[in-house]
Amino acid sequence: MTTLMAERHPSDPLFRADRLPHIWCPGCGIGPAMHAYAQALVESGIPLDRHVCVSGIGCSGRVPGYLNIDSYHTTHGRAIPFAMAVALVRPQLEVAVFSGDGDLFAIGGNHFIHAARRNVDLNVICINNFNYGMTGGQVGPTTPMGARATTAPYGNYEQPFSLPYLAAATGAVFVARWTSLHLRQLKQAILRAMKKRGLTFIEVLAPCPVGFGRPNEIGDAMEEMMLYRERCVVDHGAPLAALDIDLRQRDHPIVLGNFVDIERPVFDPLAMRRPAPEVEDHAPLARKEQEG
Amino acid sequence: MKDGPAVLEGQHFLLGDHACAEGALAAGCRFFAGYPITPSTEIAERLAHRLPEVGGIFVQMEDELASMAAIVGASVAGARAMTATSGPGFSLMMENVGLAAMMEVPCVVVNVQRGAPSTGLPTLVAQADVMQARWGSHGDYEIVAYAPASPQECFDLTVRAFNTADQYRIPVFVLADEVVGHMTERVVIPPPDAIPKVERKRPRTAPGGDGFLPFQADDDLVPPMAHAGEGYRVHFTGLTHDERGYPATNAEAHDRLVRRLVEKVRRHAWRIEEYEESQLEDARVVVIAYGSTARSARRAVAVAREEGIRAGLLRPITLWPFPGERVRRLAERVGAVVVPELNMGQIAREVERFTHRPVLGVNHAGGAMLPPEPILDTIREAATR
Repeated sequence: MTTLMAERHPSDPLFRADRLPHIWCPGCGIGPAMHAYAQALVESGIPLDRHVCVSGIGCSGRVPGYLNIDSYHTTHGRAIPFAMAVALVRPQLEVAVFSGDGDLFAIGGNHFIHAARRNVDLNVICINNFNYGMTGGQVGPTTPMGARATTAPYGNYEQPFSLPYLAAATGAVFVARWTSLHLRQLKQAILRAMKKRGLTFIEVLAPCPVGFGRPNEIGDAMEEMMLYRERCVVDHGAPLAALDIDLRQRDHPIVLGNFVDIERPVFDPLAMRRPAPEVEDHAPLARKEQEG
Repeated sequence: MKDGPAVLEGQHFLLGDHACAEGALAAGCRFFAGYPITPSTEIAERLAHRLPEVGGIFVQMEDELASMAAIVGASVAGARAMTATSGPGFSLMMENVGLAAMMEVPCVVVNVQRGAPSTGLPTLVAQADVMQARWGSHGDYEIVAYAPASPQECFDLTVRAFNTADQYRIPVFVLADEVVGHMTERVVIPPPDAIPKVERKRPRTAPGGDGFLPFQADDDLVPPMAHAGEGYRVHFTGLTHDERGYPATNAEAHDRLVRRLVEKVRRHAWRIEEYEESQLEDARVVVIAYGSTARSARRAVAVAREEGIRAGLLRPITLWPFPGERVRRLAERVGAVVVPELNMGQIAREVERFTHRPVLGVNHAGGAMLPPEPILDTIREAATR
């Protein structure tokens, strides 16, 4: 039997290969999502030197450090204001925030809602694994009701956020949810986000077999992935209020899709000093209001 | 109305807070992120008006956590960036002050001190954030803090803060106080070519090669800085990192990095330290005072001289690094050291590290300027010893 050994992977130039192997556990969903983002970097047609990736703290916060682009691993919760400033100072750059649900929506929640309200030109990619993975599986703002965590040993009794609903309500111009099993759709969503100006939000549901799967008796990584595979329903037109995730009921679907794609004026601190914007800028919003 | 120039050359009657804002503009600051808080708000208001005039960016953030994170982000993208705040906001900024220190990102924070702790006295003066400025974020690092005693110094020292920040790649504080921030005095703004400018050290090799390591320091212990979007594909992290910027979470890398971060300021402390002396040549009693309190101290020393007491004044302009060596040499020959300040003895403690004997503190927790009289009384008492 001959052994085939690849010296190089086609994606090597996208990563800091000298930093591998990564820190993530076997079965973790962050790696595939990172790869989808890396593929989108190439397919975007925007030179790699013009992409910037910013993160906060946590397992997902380690993503920028593995990417071979300008990358900033900041403090817990503060990736968005940091990235906002990079995008404002260098508007020609394509700036993404790649971080986790606890980082972006617990400690950093205030910054997310204000960045969405302002419509800052950022692509926010949020890995949602329903728990704080790096610190060992604590309950978070996205942990489903009833799920166990080291700090919710009797089951989570807090209502979780529905992240796409929150993003849409606070003003994001593109809102999607995929899983780390839906890599083609995820990559396409990231590409759409890169083409849009303004704040885009993509939630990526990702297995965390160690932090979330084990205490909730979901089984190993394969079984957690099967859970997504069996429960997921793609429905781009699903009502935003019906996107909550409840793992206790087997017939409660996990709805995926590209839910929101609208136009709003992009955050520009000098907007009021520029010549009056053209009327078309506000037309899609006005039309929508008329229809409604 | 016509837009004003970036450097508002000429003589002005300016509020201290406004002078900080003009100093920032003159220094080339083109990004400000902040949150309203008394008594520093006038800095944000002035820059909200003035930055857009010169094509700069002003953003009122959702809080001070975001403000501090934003100026670090603006700086890694190449802008000279500043925020301004007061006590409670300064507390909220501390974690990202540490990030700026660890990532070696130059930035300027103005803290117009007010009565504290907690909400304290929002509209009234104190000087009680001196130790917080030095030690506020967790861990070992070195910063620089300037203490202006007049609106003119608000201008001058804000300019200098940007230069020092860029020269050593550190966060630098302008530690003003409410009296100085809300005082209106003559401020002379020099022509643009007379504004001192220290350029940030930049990579000497073109991007794309293997030669550039973003955290490899030169002999001055300061690494050249590559900005976002320039093609160097840098990685910045708040984790302990090696010369490549890669996380290196081990004891050797940590000691090497933290030692350099501390040493790059300590080694240059003699160049950074600034102080003003008056009537120290024959002084038997030396008063050490800074910020608005130095103005009262000046008066107290003058009256003491009229009474025949050989008093003199040392006014630290940099509180950090503290001009300790100068204090040590003074203490060897003077009879007594008097340290008036609007706190319970923060700089007095630092002074004692160099005098090796107790000093006479003149302390008030804040709420009003320290008047000359209690300082004078203490000088008289010291003179009889």
